Amino acid sequence: MNLLTEARTIVKQNIRDYGMYIALVVILLTFAVLSDGLFLSSRNVSNMLDSAGYIAVLAVGMTLVIVIRHIDLSVGFAAGFLGAIAALFLTNMGVSVWITIPVVLIFGIMIGLFNGFLVAKIGIPSFVATLAAMLIFRGALLEATGASGTIVINNDAFNAIGTGFIPSIAEVGGLHLLTLLVGLAGILFYIYSELTNRKDKQKYGFDVMSFPMFVAKLLFVSAIIGYVVWILAGYNGLSWTVVIVLLVVVVYHFLSSKTVLGRHIYAVGSNPEAAHLSGINVQKITLFVFGSMGFLAALSGILFTARLQSATTTAGTLFELDAIAAAYVGGVSSAGGVGKVTGAIVGAVVMAALSNGMNLLGVGASYQYMIRGGVLAAAVIFDVMTRRQRA
Amino acid sequence: MTEYILEMRNISKEFPGVKALTDVNFQVEKGEIHCLVGENGAGKSTLMKVLSGVYPYGTYTGDIVYNGNVQQFKEINDSVAIGIGIIYQELALFPDLTVYENIFAGNEVRKGPVIDWNKTIRQSSELLQKVKLRVTPETLIKDLGVGKQQLVEIAKALSKDVQLLILDEPTAALNEDDSENLLNLLKELKAQGISCIMISHKLKEVIEIADKATVLRDGKTICTLDAKKGEITETRIIKNMVGREIEDIYPKRSHPENDEVVLSLENWTAYDAQLGRNVVKNANISLKKGEIIGIAGLMGSGRTELALSIFGNPKKYKVSGEMKLFGESKTLKHTSEAIKERIAYVTEDRKGDGLFLLQDIKSNISAAHLKGIAPKGVLNLNEEVKVGARYKDSLYIKASSLEQVVGKLSGGNQQKVSLGKWLFTGPKILILDEPTRGIDVGAKFEIYTIMNQLISEGLSIIMISSELGEVLGMSDRVYVMAEGEIKGELTSEQATQEAIMELATQ
Ligand SMILES: Nc1ncnc2c1ncn2[C@@H]1O[C@H](COP(=O)(O)OP(=O)(O)OP(=O)(O)O)[C@@H](O)[C@H]1O
Ligand SMILES: [Mg+2]
Repeated sequence: MNLLTEARTIVKQNIRDYGMYIALVVILLTFAVLSDGLFLSSRNVSNMLDSAGYIAVLAVGMTLVIVIRHIDLSVGFAAGFLGAIAALFLTNMGVSVWITIPVVLIFGIMIGLFNGFLVAKIGIPSFVATLAAMLIFRGALLEATGASGTIVINNDAFNAIGTGFIPSIAEVGGLHLLTLLVGLAGILFYIYSELTNRKDKQKYGFDVMSFPMFVAKLLFVSAIIGYVVWILAGYNGLSWTVVIVLLVVVVYHFLSSKTVLGRHIYAVGSNPEAAHLSGINVQKITLFVFGSMGFLAALSGILFTARLQSATTTAGTLFELDAIAAAYVGGVSSAGGVGKVTGAIVGAVVMAALSNGMNLLGVGASYQYMIRGGVLAAAVIFDVMTRRQRA
Repeated sequence: MTEYILEMRNISKEFPGVKALTDVNFQVEKGEIHCLVGENGAGKSTLMKVLSGVYPYGTYTGDIVYNGNVQQFKEINDSVAIGIGIIYQELALFPDLTVYENIFAGNEVRKGPVIDWNKTIRQSSELLQKVKLRVTPETLIKDLGVGKQQLVEIAKALSKDVQLLILDEPTAALNEDDSENLLNLLKELKAQGISCIMISHKLKEVIEIADKATVLRDGKTICTLDAKKGEITETRIIKNMVGREIEDIYPKRSHPENDEVVLSLENWTAYDAQLGRNVVKNANISLKKGEIIGIAGLMGSGRTELALSIFGNPKKYKVSGEMKLFGESKTLKHTSEAIKERIAYVTEDRKGDGLFLLQDIKSNISAAHLKGIAPKGVLNLNEEVKVGARYKDSLYIKASSLEQVVGKLSGGNQQKVSLGKWLFTGPKILILDEPTRGIDVGAKFEIYTIMNQLISEGLSIIMISSELGEVLGMSDRVYVMAEGEIKGELTSEQATQEAIMELATQ
């Protein structure tokens, strides 16, 4: 088959998956042109990714929550509150970072499990249960940040999570060496996994894409990874935030697409009754998904607090809605059972790119909201249309 | 010259990857009952959806001529407006609303801008009389059995002055009495001049009621049989449907010769706290290795409840009594424990609680036994494809690929996927709840053959069925249930239609 026609059929079959990548590229290029290249400068890309981090991790968790047909409105203020707890630990109580972070993460899990308990065992609709939790955490945040309203954190190790970069080892031609090495490792790992995947498929005697197409795909993806890494290496290199988000994505992507647990989550989302009759413990899965959401809310709180280097009374405001928006832009469906972790990340980056790009161009706040709203609506419309087309 | 109320000419309809209809011609005379038969996936429902405007003009090719005029429906309302009423394979009523609200849903009786409820209720009672349903219009739909719900659907169609009534497998979920009722009603409507198209897999009904029967196979019209010419016979229909002759639809099998009991229940009672009553009362049952026991009874007699109480009790009944599995006393607290004990339950409601409709065939088949493709918790997706392909072939599942979404399959193929899912768990005791509901004769025969093969491999089967023919044809022994109790046990020699019905209606 002709390489071009093959590419075209592949894109057509996967238009739903590729749609948001295409949208992302269009948005990035538009801003790059409008800002005379400033938008894709090393410094700006680095900033943009860091500003997406705390929403991105929430969006990953939220995607799974929506996949099982629930919602979690409490994550914003839970993140704010847990960030404040971390701040209190580090300042007033003088606890070390290495204890603070795990403890806060465990608090997050406990909070999530409690939400999950209300939803799964007691049977309260998740919208209501987490709305109540949201109000409670909002109050708790006010209480925790106390009279001054702001807790400033002077712990460098902690703040590095939100503002620091991985060490460089050495500079090569003005580029950040360790970042380049990490990027190279990433590309090699990608190629390796694609190759084993292909070999496995062939061993089973399944159809695979033609070899030239396969090589073209490898080159294409490697080039993109390489390009992003090269941009980042031009500034301060990989930030710890990006490293953490990447770890979350890798772990959650693996978990949701390659494990029995992940399959069970999607099964529960697709049809809870059928899942139950298939021997799946629906309550346990619900608990797990909410627990994981709590964990990610804590992580988000840590990222945000470290980024501001302080805990404030308004931390976490509207995070939940940003995360939900990112999840929907990323292709999750409220009917349940559909939605990918990678989509959530792309969704979060799309939303961050929009804010960042519009700020750069000096678009007023009023228009920014309207445009972001429009993009969210457009993403969902696209999603619904492509699904109908397949029907 | 004959007068056609409907002519469909050279209708073709394609879905991505599937040619569902190819040049189908189909004619219905005024005032006749015309049955549409064909294998699962032959295109019957699709043809009717084209006719009713679900698939609007432009998404198919060919002409629809109704009362002599070519029609181009843009939406369902266009077909309703000229007197075409369709009742879908899946009932579309609102369970929490009353009968009268349902009858006039979307077609409300108005007085100015507001709904005239008094008139609505009065007209509803008239319609209920017409369909011979003796309930008050205020009854909630969920309090009615499926048979009565079906009648409400017909009343709803009548409220819109139908001239051509289309029923897609109306009796699939009905017991014999309700079916009989419904067929009589159709005959009466016919006497009033209403034409009717009925899709059915129950050939006995077709023979009883049809003036004409059109056979579809693989999206093409094969022939139209005429009752007046004596053409509508079982052998003729089957032969045209499947393209070959099936000697005996219930394939022969020898009775088991061992006495090894794999499952027994003693004084088994299940209390449903929500309903506040015992759904199973003092049941005593035994199942031998290599045996098929049939469980007959009317709708609501507690058969499904019995099955669920055995299968890990997902509805959380309060269960008392003793269950022995392979000689050992066992209590199963979750469906996963039942699966571990190698019990499988193929539900009667494949769409409701059997399948993951938005997921593809292969992931449905692996869903209840992911261990089989993920020995260490990590999925081997290639193995999943292999497993899927194995069951697709061995169960003759008709689909464009393993990646096809299950919700888009025809009913019979969905049933096979559901069966495949449970066979993959490697069961020793297989509980089949209405295993051939909505399935064509060819596929039925295939499923019976598969059942026999499973038996020869040492499985034991509990088959719940409302279709007496299959209970009689397939079972080694028959238990008859009514009101949650086992009213009697019949050997295959004792079991006759009359004997079963007598116990079931005691
Ligand atoms: N929305 C759809 N998208 C894709 N394929 C479809 C869709 N609806 C039906 N099909 C395919 O079209 C064919 C005809 O299906 P249809 O539902 O008309 O069969 P049927 O004769 O009614 O079968 P059954 O007796 O099982 O109800 C099948 O191969 C089915 O898989
Ligand atoms: Mg059909």
